[in-house]
Amino acid sequence: MQQLLTTSLTGLTLGMVYAAFALALVLIWRSTRIVNFAQAPMAMITTYVALVVVNAGMSYWIGFAAALVSGLVLGAVIERVVIRQVEGKPEINAIILTLGLFVVIHAVAAIIFGSSFRSFPAPFGLRGFEAGGVTIALTGFAVFSICSVAVVMLLLVALFQHTDIGLKMRASAFNQEVSRMLGVRVTRMLTLGWALAAVVGSLSGLLIAGGSLVYPSYMDSVVVYGFVAAVLGGLDSPGGAVVGGLLLGVSLSFVSGYVGSELVAVAALAILIVVLLVRPAGLFSHATARRV
Amino acid sequence: MKRWTKQMTRIAGVVTAGALVAACGAGGRPAGDSSSGGAAQVGITKDTVTIGATFPLTGVAAPGYSEIPTGAQAYFDYVNAGGGVNGRKIKYLVRDDGYNPTTTSEVTNELVLKDQVFAMLGALGTPTHTAVVDFLNSEKVPDLFVSSGSIQWGDDPKAKHYTFGWQPDYEIEGKIIGQWVAQNMPDAKVGLFLQDDDLGRDSELGVRQYLDKKIVKVVKYTAGNTDVAPQIAALKASGADLVLGFNVPSYTALSQLVALKLSYKPKWFYSNIGSDAELVGNLLSKFSEGAVHGTDPLDGVLTTVYIPGVDATDNAWVKLWQKVWDKYGKNGHLTNYRVYGMSEAYAFVQALQAAGKNPTREGIVGAVEKMGNAAGPPLAPFRYSADGHLGISGMRVVQLKGGKSSSLTPVLVTDIGAAPIKEDDSAANDSPPASGIPEVKPAG
Amino acid sequence: MSRVAFGSVIGHLRRTPLRRNLIGGLIGLVVVVLVLESVGPFRQGQFATMAYLGIAVGGLTVLTGLNGQLSLGHGALMAVGAYTAALMLHDVDKPLPLPVVMLLSVLVTVVVGAVVGVAAARLHGPYIAGATLALAVAVPGIASFFGDNLGGEQGLSVSTPEAPGWFADAVYFLTAHDVTGTKYLAYVGWFGLIISFVLLANLSASRVGRTWRAVRDDEVAAELAGINVGRARVMAFVVSAACAGLAGGVMAMVVRIAAPSGFTLALSLSLLTAVVLGGLGSLFGALIGAALLTFLPQTITGLGQSLGLSDLQSAQLAPLVYGLTLVLVILLAPAGLVGTIRNAWRRRQSPDPAPIHPQQEAMQ
Repeated sequence: MQQLLTTSLTGLTLGMVYAAFALALVLIWRSTRIVNFAQAPMAMITTYVALVVVNAGMSYWIGFAAALVSGLVLGAVIERVVIRQVEGKPEINAIILTLGLFVVIHAVAAIIFGSSFRSFPAPFGLRGFEAGGVTIALTGFAVFSICSVAVVMLLLVALFQHTDIGLKMRASAFNQEVSRMLGVRVTRMLTLGWALAAVVGSLSGLLIAGGSLVYPSYMDSVVVYGFVAAVLGGLDSPGGAVVGGLLLGVSLSFVSGYVGSELVAVAALAILIVVLLVRPAGLFSHATARRV
Repeated sequence: MKRWTKQMTRIAGVVTAGALVAACGAGGRPAGDSSSGGAAQVGITKDTVTIGATFPLTGVAAPGYSEIPTGAQAYFDYVNAGGGVNGRKIKYLVRDDGYNPTTTSEVTNELVLKDQVFAMLGALGTPTHTAVVDFLNSEKVPDLFVSSGSIQWGDDPKAKHYTFGWQPDYEIEGKIIGQWVAQNMPDAKVGLFLQDDDLGRDSELGVRQYLDKKIVKVVKYTAGNTDVAPQIAALKASGADLVLGFNVPSYTALSQLVALKLSYKPKWFYSNIGSDAELVGNLLSKFSEGAVHGTDPLDGVLTTVYIPGVDATDNAWVKLWQKVWDKYGKNGHLTNYRVYGMSEAYAFVQALQAAGKNPTREGIVGAVEKMGNAAGPPLAPFRYSADGHLGISGMRVVQLKGGKSSSLTPVLVTDIGAAPIKEDDSAANDSPPASGIPEVKPAG
Repeated sequence: MSRVAFGSVIGHLRRTPLRRNLIGGLIGLVVVVLVLESVGPFRQGQFATMAYLGIAVGGLTVLTGLNGQLSLGHGALMAVGAYTAALMLHDVDKPLPLPVVMLLSVLVTVVVGAVVGVAAARLHGPYIAGATLALAVAVPGIASFFGDNLGGEQGLSVSTPEAPGWFADAVYFLTAHDVTGTKYLAYVGWFGLIISFVLLANLSASRVGRTWRAVRDDEVAAELAGINVGRARVMAFVVSAACAGLAGGVMAMVVRIAAPSGFTLALSLSLLTAVVLGGLGSLFGALIGAALLTFLPQTITGLGQSLGLSDLQSAQLAPLVYGLTLVLVILLAPAGLVGTIRNAWRRRQSPDPAPIHPQQEAMQ
């Protein structure tokens, strides 16, 4: 019973973080039809920025803000300078490009910040609490993680559904040509989309790092889990990304707790294969599948 | 017609090339083949001795361990400033393997074949060095004082003639820890937290000799996978109230962290390689935004020591190390890992001196085998002989408080297998020579 | 009359790709012998590394360039081959003969490749990239989980096989040099590379290769033309998996260990870098890519150290250069190094080239 509770709670917390990452991937896919494999090292390098700020003596929250801001800037710059060149070209070019960025950002982080494992602070404490003889493995930090991701999602929903800019972004993603004709500055919307996605990605990077060891490769497996979560929910659907993330987080936590932590990546692969074979469009997608 | 000529030319070219290659050295092997003998010693010149080492300068095992070669380098600088050994300066090449056995294989290849080192010194890591020990022995490269406690470095000198251990091996450490627990905590329910390789295996072997019936749970982690929550949760569920941890320092920090999260408060006994209070404290303090200070997290934790550490400020050896570090150390202050590096370097200088004015690879191997009584920083004597290449024979059990260790036992020595544990303080009170450089006569 | 017939048969044969490739292979063999005999043991080890990387990159470039499937999981397939070879060569007194070991590595990897290929056949673009990425991350975990049989994190050590007597004698006969373990492995690796490259070249020039290209360029048209798209895709995947398996087997012997840490995501990404650098689909480019992967890191690290960077930082310069190369090549020269040079050559020869299909431009 205790282990069930602990495993579920850990899965829930982790699932929210994967949901955030999946959301970032979905945002970029919807706007530019590219899967941004470089999202992981982008999140990693912004977390290092936060670490530098914290090590310089400033509070965690300033570091937190610094990470999100640098994420915003990084996403915008990458879209404008690099990704712009391959939009509209064969998709294999974009994939190779994001992989190239993956490697470059990795190496840059290792050169500037060093490859050693460093600990990363976590606000609100890392102690679980007891209730009626049962340990609830929900630390203050875990609660913070869940809440912050939820807040971000609500903000995004509000942005997309209820603001002008949100409408323009959705229009650009839906049909670039028509939007242009209607006066929407499509390229600006694409850059904004990447910037927002990078902020969400940075948030997930900070949440994974908290209370754990940070090193240049620490986000690498998250890009796989985020991708699986996004595919599970449907690459077109932000809501699906969230649900997919939660489902994946809980399942992987169960695998880790009851089977063995080495098989977590295999479990993710298995889930991915099953989804792609049975329902390739994902659980919540509206797009029809390609059939050849 | 033109294509035919082009084709013929190509074929002719291939045949000619083949003929040339054959002509270069054709002919059957002459009877009585002679191999190149009497060549100059690899890695030794008139004024240098080149040695190599592999360490995890990056990766999960880097915290702490990456400092060891900086200590050794400082001591070698000290010795070189004094003229070196028999007029030869020591050139120490350190390569990073990231605690990754595949990389260890590649960089060791480089050290032996490209950099042509005379010997390897203190290569670190059980899983990493396992990958290269056969290669080093087949290439006849002396593989001295491996920085790891696996018994495979010394329990089979016939198969691994060139390899020597140095620190007390994990099996005797497990035995000493096991016996102490059996005598002082007879009612404990014991859990084991092990690295999933020979480090964990050898330790478990030793512990089980004394605590077999008291062990309620054994959990293992893979170095590189930083999620140890399932393991600690399993320990908690089994009711273990004493956990023996045989792991690298990052996992000491991680296990403490997860235990905090799960409100699990057993007594902790970490083996020597994972128990540096300062390092673990540094790792942990960041996690709780400074709420956990300095060396507090490990207060009350039990561990073992076999060389004097930085907390023993009155010890003659520690004073020497401080002097060496003040003069030749680069970044940072003297830590227990740097002391480890210097102690190994000291042993190497003793071995090199014992190998005589014209050291050979065979010669230095023979010299180490005779080093049993050499006076040095270790608290217990060496066990080197022609039949066994394992090093320091024992240690003390200590308790940590405020970053200092207080001894709970005298120096306990034993050997692998069923050998009993005895008390032996004979090597605990020697001091360095005034110059700080050993003065060993060439062996035989 | 008979002379004309003879001439036309010869003429037919010498124009076939098979003849061309076989002669290329023979020339390659001679070059290999010359080079290997004239360098020291460290370089021989590096050449052995280049050989197995070349085999893996060759298989991958055929898959990606000719068939359009972008696989990021070939590091995992190499792991399968390496572990198979390691299981047969680990702690065994009388190991099986080397060709048998290599063949088994290839076969096991082919089976795994078939399974993965079937799953991947229905995927395109980012889906297959993501799925193979997941594969690359997952396979090392399997090796850790079955630690008892597969050695866990410590891996399985592999002792260098001895050169068989007849081989050592033959080499001595030709060159008066003895055969050390390292040199033997280099020969084995390069022999494997030449054979696989000749086979790949023939395959790509044959009807099968044309089928693959058709599937890459326009699936619907290919289906309409009667090609079984799924089967063609799986075939291509299986062939590249066989190459990866052979490469893994040689790697296990050269590195002397098969451990999870040797098959990281970085390996799969380096293979991709080599493919892109050389040009998708070009076997010669694959060789260049493998050479750069083997010899460039040391040069770059040395450059970094002379520029004043620390040892650890210099070690990171090589991946940085790889990543930058990937980015720059895709942005500026999508046809890769070899492809760009070839295009420039073609343009010089015939000033008015036919317009190239946009998809083909990326994968010459």
